[in-house]
Amino acid sequence: MSSKEWPLWEIFIRGQHGLNHRHVGSLHAPDAEMAIRHARDVYTRRKEGVSIWAVRSADIVASSPSDKGPLFDPAESKVYRHPTFFDIPDEVGHM
Amino acid sequence: MPSLPDMTTPDVMALARDAAASQPHDPHLQDVDLKPAFFDWLCRMGDNTAILGHRISEWCGHGPVLEEDIALANTALDLIGHTQMWLGLAAEVEDAGRTADDLAFLRDAMKYRNVQLVELPNRDMAHTLMREFLFDAWHVEMLTALLQSGSPRVAEIAAKALKEVGYHVERSSDLVVRLGDGTDESHARMQDALDRLWPYAGELFLGDGVDAAVAKAGIAPAPGDLRAAWERTVDAVLDEATLRKPEGRFDVHRGGKQGRHTEHLGFILAEMQFLQRAYPGASW
Repeated sequence: MSSKEWPLWEIFIRGQHGLNHRHVGSLHAPDAEMAIRHARDVYTRRKEGVSIWAVRSADIVASSPSDKGPLFDPAESKVYRHPTFFDIPDEVGHM
Repeated sequence: MPSLPDMTTPDVMALARDAAASQPHDPHLQDVDLKPAFFDWLCRMGDNTAILGHRISEWCGHGPVLEEDIALANTALDLIGHTQMWLGLAAEVEDAGRTADDLAFLRDAMKYRNVQLVELPNRDMAHTLMREFLFDAWHVEMLTALLQSGSPRVAEIAAKALKEVGYHVERSSDLVVRLGDGTDESHARMQDALDRLWPYAGELFLGDGVDAAVAKAGIAPAPGDLRAAWERTVDAVLDEATLRKPEGRFDVHRGGKQGRHTEHLGFILAEMQFLQRAYPGASW
């Protein structure tokens, strides 16, 4: 097995109905079916989830850390993009 | 499935007592004539899961890959959880002041009632998985039948265990197929494991007086009744795994259910029971 490493998979678990799938970690598995099985054994031992997604890590397109400036810095001086200028009526409750 | 923190909960004895207090009434527990057979039968169920759970736990930290290591440890914990339920009920039926822990850690080999299949050494992943599959395929049929048990306590344990065992058999049959129909080496190893384990599998289906008594009381099926369904599962999986079913008899090695074991059981118990023997009453 040392010469033929299994591909890496990213695992996403939906904790409860109504919540989004959340990234919980990664693992190795030879194929999609085993990735789900491994995810069940590695990440849901304490009944954490209602749904599992497995995505090959190689299929994830990621931004490059060196693009951090152009991607994120322009938002820095634009406080008006944050919805903090509205008075929320009490009856709305937690948003 | 129980995880380590669940099993090391400090007030687990209190939890067990509370749980026992809210149990449905089960007249079989007071049936004096049935008691010896019922107790023995419960020990067979609990000893099978205790010894197989212990064997599988031996892989913990030694698995071929991290993911498989965790999966095996999960399975071992599931089985040890089932042991707590079966031996807990056995202790209640016996009503002699012993607990599930006493039965697991202070009984010697000839009092153990597991089939010989589960005490054989792991050897390699092929033997480990093939043995688990042969057992799981029986276990799932047994527990499914026990859902209809005339004893509500037995039916309740079966329902809890079946959820986990449904996953065990799915996982072990999948791996038997993958490795049987895998590389030349994995195929050869799986065939070797099957040939070696086959003569032990049949003991699961051999009945004796104990089985007849609990079957008559409506508690459990006769062991032989599970054979046809087990064979269907095994034949289908072995066929898909391109493995050849051995031609010889599958019930050559027997006697574990009556307390006659291979030399391997003593070594397992020596390891399992050392602490309680050396430091009686030691607790976590």
